[in-house]
Amino acid sequence: MSAPQPFRKPEGGRIDRTRGIAFTFDGRRCLGHPGDTLASALLANGVRIVGRSMKFHRPRGVLTAGIEEPNALVTVDWGSGRIPTVRAAAMPLLDGLEARSQNRFPSVNFDLGRVLDFTRALWPAGFYYKMFKWPDWRAFEWAVRRVGGIGRVPGGADATRYRHLHGHCAALVVGSGPSGLLAALAAGRRGEDVLLVEQDTEFGGSLLHDPMEIEGVGSDEWLAAALAELAGMDNVRLMANATVAGCYDHNVFTIHDRGAAWRGESAVESFWKVRAGNVVLAAGAFEQPMLFGNNDLPGVMLAGAVHKYATRFGVDCGRRVAGVLNNDAGWRSLLAVHDAGTPVCAMVDTRDEVEAGLLDAAEERGIPVYRGATPLAARGSRGVRALRFADRDGSVRQVDCDVIGMSGGMNPATQLYSQAGGRLRYDATQHGFVPDRDPEGWETVGAASGSFAPGGGSPVRPCTAAPGRTGRQWVDFQHDVTVADIELAVRENYVSVEHMKRYTTAGMAVDQGKTSNLNALALLGQLTGRAPGEVGTTTSRPQFAPVTMGAIAGNRRGDFYLPPKLLAAHDWHAAQGAVFDDYGSWKRPACYGPDRDAAIAREVLAVRRSAGLFDGSPLGKIEVRGPDAAAFLDRIYVNNALTLKPGRVRYGLMLNENGIVMDDGVFVRIAEDHYLVNTTSGNADRVAAWLEEWRQCEYFDLEVVLSNVTSQWAVATLAGPDARGVLQALQGMMDLSTAGFPHMSFAEDRFADGTPYRVQRVSFSGEQSYELSVPSNRAASVFERLRSGTDSAEVVPVGVEALMVLRTEKGFIHVGVDTDGTTNPLDIGFGGVVARKRRDFIGARSLARPNDRRGDRRQLVGFELLDPNRSVAAGAHVVTGCNGALRSEGFVTSACRSPTLGKAIGIGLIEGGFGRKGEEVLVYDDGRTTPARVVEPCFYDPAGERMRA
Amino acid sequence: MLTIPCPFCGERDEAEFRYGGEALQEIPQAGASDAEWADYLFNRDNPKGLVHERWCHSYGCNQWFQVVRDTVTHRIHAVYRVGEARPVLDDVDGASADTGG
Ligand SMILES: [Zn+2]
Repeated sequence: MSAPQPFRKPEGGRIDRTRGIAFTFDGRRCLGHPGDTLASALLANGVRIVGRSMKFHRPRGVLTAGIEEPNALVTVDWGSGRIPTVRAAAMPLLDGLEARSQNRFPSVNFDLGRVLDFTRALWPAGFYYKMFKWPDWRAFEWAVRRVGGIGRVPGGADATRYRHLHGHCAALVVGSGPSGLLAALAAGRRGEDVLLVEQDTEFGGSLLHDPMEIEGVGSDEWLAAALAELAGMDNVRLMANATVAGCYDHNVFTIHDRGAAWRGESAVESFWKVRAGNVVLAAGAFEQPMLFGNNDLPGVMLAGAVHKYATRFGVDCGRRVAGVLNNDAGWRSLLAVHDAGTPVCAMVDTRDEVEAGLLDAAEERGIPVYRGATPLAARGSRGVRALRFADRDGSVRQVDCDVIGMSGGMNPATQLYSQAGGRLRYDATQHGFVPDRDPEGWETVGAASGSFAPGGGSPVRPCTAAPGRTGRQWVDFQHDVTVADIELAVRENYVSVEHMKRYTTAGMAVDQGKTSNLNALALLGQLTGRAPGEVGTTTSRPQFAPVTMGAIAGNRRGDFYLPPKLLAAHDWHAAQGAVFDDYGSWKRPACYGPDRDAAIAREVLAVRRSAGLFDGSPLGKIEVRGPDAAAFLDRIYVNNALTLKPGRVRYGLMLNENGIVMDDGVFVRIAEDHYLVNTTSGNADRVAAWLEEWRQCEYFDLEVVLSNVTSQWAVATLAGPDARGVLQALQGMMDLSTAGFPHMSFAEDRFADGTPYRVQRVSFSGEQSYELSVPSNRAASVFERLRSGTDSAEVVPVGVEALMVLRTEKGFIHVGVDTDGTTNPLDIGFGGVVARKRRDFIGARSLARPNDRRGDRRQLVGFELLDPNRSVAAGAHVVTGCNGALRSEGFVTSACRSPTLGKAIGIGLIEGGFGRKGEEVLVYDDGRTTPARVVEPCFYDPAGERMRA
Repeated sequence: MLTIPCPFCGERDEAEFRYGGEALQEIPQAGASDAEWADYLFNRDNPKGLVHERWCHSYGCNQWFQVVRDTVTHRIHAVYRVGEARPVLDDVDGASADTGG
């Protein structure tokens, strides 16, 4: 049962009339045909109001017949999901498509938001800029967010599959109009590897609606032969439904390919990165609107679009067309519209000179012509009913029409050319910006180069604003930017094209200025006494046309967005009830048990009283070998690496060249020519790359090699008074007694079952502590054996959060938490170490600068809160002064309520902190201040007797 | 997205490399003034034209080397290894004005 298509011509067009496609618009059942776009089908069904404008909710209809459409933006449900803000003029009509208008309430035909249109004086250009300054943005934010914007982001998962593909070609041809096809044929015949990309559903460009004679034959015949020849070449690839979206250095292009989805094969969109040898840009040109009152009424369309709907889609955009023109190309479009059966009732041209052949053609067809005329306004409320204009002699006339076909000239589609660094030149004859000189390996051809077939004709007259009070004249349709807005911008001295654009938002809509930039800058020129060439254009950047966000993301979503690193014993931790959090790129146990605070306290106390088992596997492990290993590390570390004896461990700080603390950790001398460097967890790759850079680029005279073995070894840290007993019980464990294996020792051996292990006695918790490394594939079994403990000792799994509390109690810093991009080793109490090192090391020179030695730098201290009921968060500021005039002297970097000590403590960096021990300060957190005392940063066992026990 | 000819592996996509800033920044000798040291740390020539810069083929051979690139056209004129002398460029026709070399 076919619904009527009142505006479908009885014949003609490249649609398949033998088959119907049912679709809906705002629930209304409509019918179209294969070959239609959503816009052509809507017009055929008599739908004139397709959407509402962004700011004023004005009714809007279809303006264009291509990807530049700024008005007909709809939400589409089709196949795999919902897509907002789809340009109906560039969306092929697909089976079962459901389209909805946007930005309307309750309906597109009656929109309460239209009230904004009647309060427009309150919403001038620059509204946002002004409101941010005065009175208060927040007073307006609620309202603006309700009515501003366009479309709604769909909820739920996106069922479309997105993939990234990579390709190469010798010649990339962008656009398949006659110029593009000729270029592809030539390159193909030369045997080059050609990729021809067309954003439309069909190849042929303008030939699909504007037939002509090429190489002595009709273009339909020529097109079929050309496509057959290209399809027959193995070295030519043809890609339709694909937009060349971006151009990057060394001729890399991104291509958004919706072919599979739009051909109905599968819900897949591809985002290509293609590296091209040569480039032929044959992207055509964009017709520009004219300026007159109410030029945004539904029914006001580009002349070329009216032409395309008539001849390619067999659609009448209305019953009577009036032309508003300033160039010959528009005439040819409207004559073709007339010949296709939609009568043109007037040609209103702002020029005096029109090509004679066109005047003759109009006269033959009985079309009245008004030259030197001034279009004044479109009449009508929800659609065009008439055109008012002033004739050359000033007399005001009115013609009845329901379509106004306007043509303000053609502007070449040079966006990709500009992205490639090409410069544009203003062509006054054609009133457009054309490529000046092609970049290396580029050729811009056809309309994109500014040559519009057939050549010659009378010069284009740049568009000017209609005079007097004729109603608002739209420059940027989607963003509701009018001539008055640009005048306001100029009055407020936003006279640079980039400033005017940002102030008015002209050219910042979905079409990125394809239908608005030229008029906006011509107008800006007229208002400031400059030619368009002097005003210049804004910069084109990717993307050339909207690209689905999912296509850019590709398969990097869900678990693939940032694949987490899992510990070798991950499942074992899960079985122990671990709650996992993200620490850097690792998923690690934060604590064990659902009640976080209770779990952390229990784990801390277990380490202090018996033994805790912590998975320290992400600890960075970099092997440094070679005769010059010691000399190399001595240049890297603040600390002395030469005097370390084999089998011993030393704490070290690494600085960058600016003297800033970059990483810390222990390093081990395994043998004379063999060291093991431990880095902060999560910093291993960065430090390994940094060491390698110094080795290759500066210390290439040293014989040393580096290898990052971080993930090869799993690390079980056993800490607490019972740690040694538990570890000693392992079969084959060496003697760990303090006499033979004191604090800061290292050894390696094998267990009874042959498993190799490394053990180092170091402590981050302040208790007796051993870090046992085993091959990663043995992690779970070793963890399980350790957790089962001994008859006399219980072993409790400990998460990262408990370890952070333990080290805060001990006053051990965590680089990147307790230090920042300004902290040098002097600030954290390493002045003595720096002074004792006589040899150069990375960052040493920077520490000699006066600023690095100032006494009032932020220095590491501890805090104890005086109010036992308060606690503060890391990041809280230490302040002086009184209400309203607080000054920050530094901040708390780590804080906790210590389960061991039963009070709130923290460490942090405050100005001149070393000299302020005992002082009372105010800590500002969450809107309140609370007093605290500055103390030594170590709160627990300052003498270190427990960790050496 | 540059194509970079690694002197060890051949032409590879930029995505395989890590950028290391302008090359041939000599570390000042001991005794350098604060101003000289600050100049070394913070100031770069940033020329319009040819620049010598360091790149590491981090997702390949992991070797650092030098690239001579035109900052206007992004054309790469030469690559050379750490410790090799700066190449003499006789073919710099395409190089932009104000070369840093
Ligand atoms: Zn390489």
